[in-house]
Amino acid sequence: MRTRIIFSGSGGQGVVTASIILAEAAVLHEGLNAVQAQSYGPEARGGATRSDVIISDTDIHFPKVNHPNMLVCLTQEAYNTFSGLIRPGGLLLIDRHYVKPEKKVDARQVELDIYKTIMKEIGKPIVFNICMLGAFITLTPLVKPESIIKVLAKQIPSDFMAMNEQALQIGQRMAEAYK
Amino acid sequence: MTKQILFLQGNDVCVEAAIYAGVNFFAGYPITPATEIVERLAEQLPRKGGKFIQMEDEIASMCAIIGASLTGMKSMTATSGPGFSLKQEAIGYAVMAEIPCVIVNVQRGGPSTGMPTCVSQGDVMQARWGTHGDHAIITMTASNHQDVFATTVEAFNLAETYRTPVILLFDEVIGHMRERLIMPEPGEIPLIERLRTSVKEGTDYHPYLPRDDGRLPMSDFGGVHRFNVTGLVHDMWGFPSNNPNIAHGLMRHLVDKIENHVSEIAKVKEYYLDDADGILISYGSPARSARHVVENRRKRGIRLGLLELQTLWPFPAEKVRDLCSKAKYILVVELNMGQIMQEVKKAVEDPGKVFLANKIDGTFISPTDIRNIIRLIQGKGV
Repeated sequence: MRTRIIFSGSGGQGVVTASIILAEAAVLHEGLNAVQAQSYGPEARGGATRSDVIISDTDIHFPKVNHPNMLVCLTQEAYNTFSGLIRPGGLLLIDRHYVKPEKKVDARQVELDIYKTIMKEIGKPIVFNICMLGAFITLTPLVKPESIIKVLAKQIPSDFMAMNEQALQIGQRMAEAYK
Repeated sequence: MTKQILFLQGNDVCVEAAIYAGVNFFAGYPITPATEIVERLAEQLPRKGGKFIQMEDEIASMCAIIGASLTGMKSMTATSGPGFSLKQEAIGYAVMAEIPCVIVNVQRGGPSTGMPTCVSQGDVMQARWGTHGDHAIITMTASNHQDVFATTVEAFNLAETYRTPVILLFDEVIGHMRERLIMPEPGEIPLIERLRTSVKEGTDYHPYLPRDDGRLPMSDFGGVHRFNVTGLVHDMWGFPSNNPNIAHGLMRHLVDKIENHVSEIAKVKEYYLDDADGILISYGSPARSARHVVENRRKRGIRLGLLELQTLWPFPAEKVRDLCSKAKYILVVELNMGQIMQEVKKAVEDPGKVFLANKIDGTFISPTDIRNIIRLIQGKGV
């Protein structure tokens, strides 16, 4: 079993953070192996970012992803750049607020209103990435929500945990229909 | 007891290992892609009773760790390409004055400010010859986090054993990549502490008089002995000298103490070399892509092997020659224009069978890139 994932978007969206949380949950709480590698420009915010995650039950040597089974695109630029890389039969997750799909890809395309829903129900864009992660782990049950929460609890001040758990659940709920 | 499992960046692993090895002085200046080393040590070192100083620049950082080491601290700095260039003069001073210290260079694209967030291995020769004058140096690298840990601890051990600066030549992919680290228990990796002089206070201490085994016991500067330390050629008291015999003896000592111990210092990892027709030689992050290719080819019964270099300087030439003697071709996989390939060509009997698979555009080399070069070598076309 080996899943290759690319999370792509713009600096500041929390794309890299979400990918690290997923990989860390897989290693620390699911007994799996995972490697996360990223590429980004010199800008702190606004530049194109990409984070590659490989989750496997065996050793992982090459740490990057050429052709993902799962691709998350959170900007139009990311979608235009990376959607062609997806493996046939893979899964592409996009947010309608940021991405208007133009190309036809040989993959299942799931379009959600993550950003709009988060702004409506929580009102804080800071948990946008966690909501995306909630949707992601519902579409591909690689990692249990409890494992994500264990990782979050270690990194996030306790005052913010409830908001993050809520965001994760909203994501799970939104993706439920696409399982 | 179950061991602690962590999920960290390579830069973080380097810090954990330095603390394990007993680092108690760090001076540095943040630079991509080595910044996380500085950040994590700024947080952790003071808590452990160590000193962390963010210096005004790269040169001052190097000078500070030399001074700290001389007073008895285990000291370290971390940088990347442009900063490594600035440190070169002081690295030469540490070589000449025989001051143990560890310099981490998380390589990025160069020359000059180059590509700060992109991967490269362009500083291999700079690590060897970046500072002027004939000298020997120890330079090590690693391709995975367990080895980043072990190699960093080893760097401190070798620095103390041979009284020399040791360069850890990591790269952006290893520095920023996250993977599992099984944290070694205290005592699991042996630590080598500084050899201090047994000469009592009030008795003449000769700071540069080697023992029979070539080692020089140190005395903490500012402690009980008064002695001179200089970058000039010096006698056994540490005072400058132009005496040809002293100069010759010092030069031989500085080089021989390392070059005569290549077999003890230099480490390699061997994968499937016994029956290999083709051998990949790689180090640092590209060794992961090379390993990927080798494991896949072996599953199909193709006799490909990997020789991973963990020590770059002193270069393990004899070992490379022996291990590659039966190979039909040798492919060096690195992210520069062939800096280690040239060393391999010098080492092997037939340099005509040595080839290069490289990338110099800031992107990482993939298994496909390597497979394509192997096909070209075999005359199959891409």
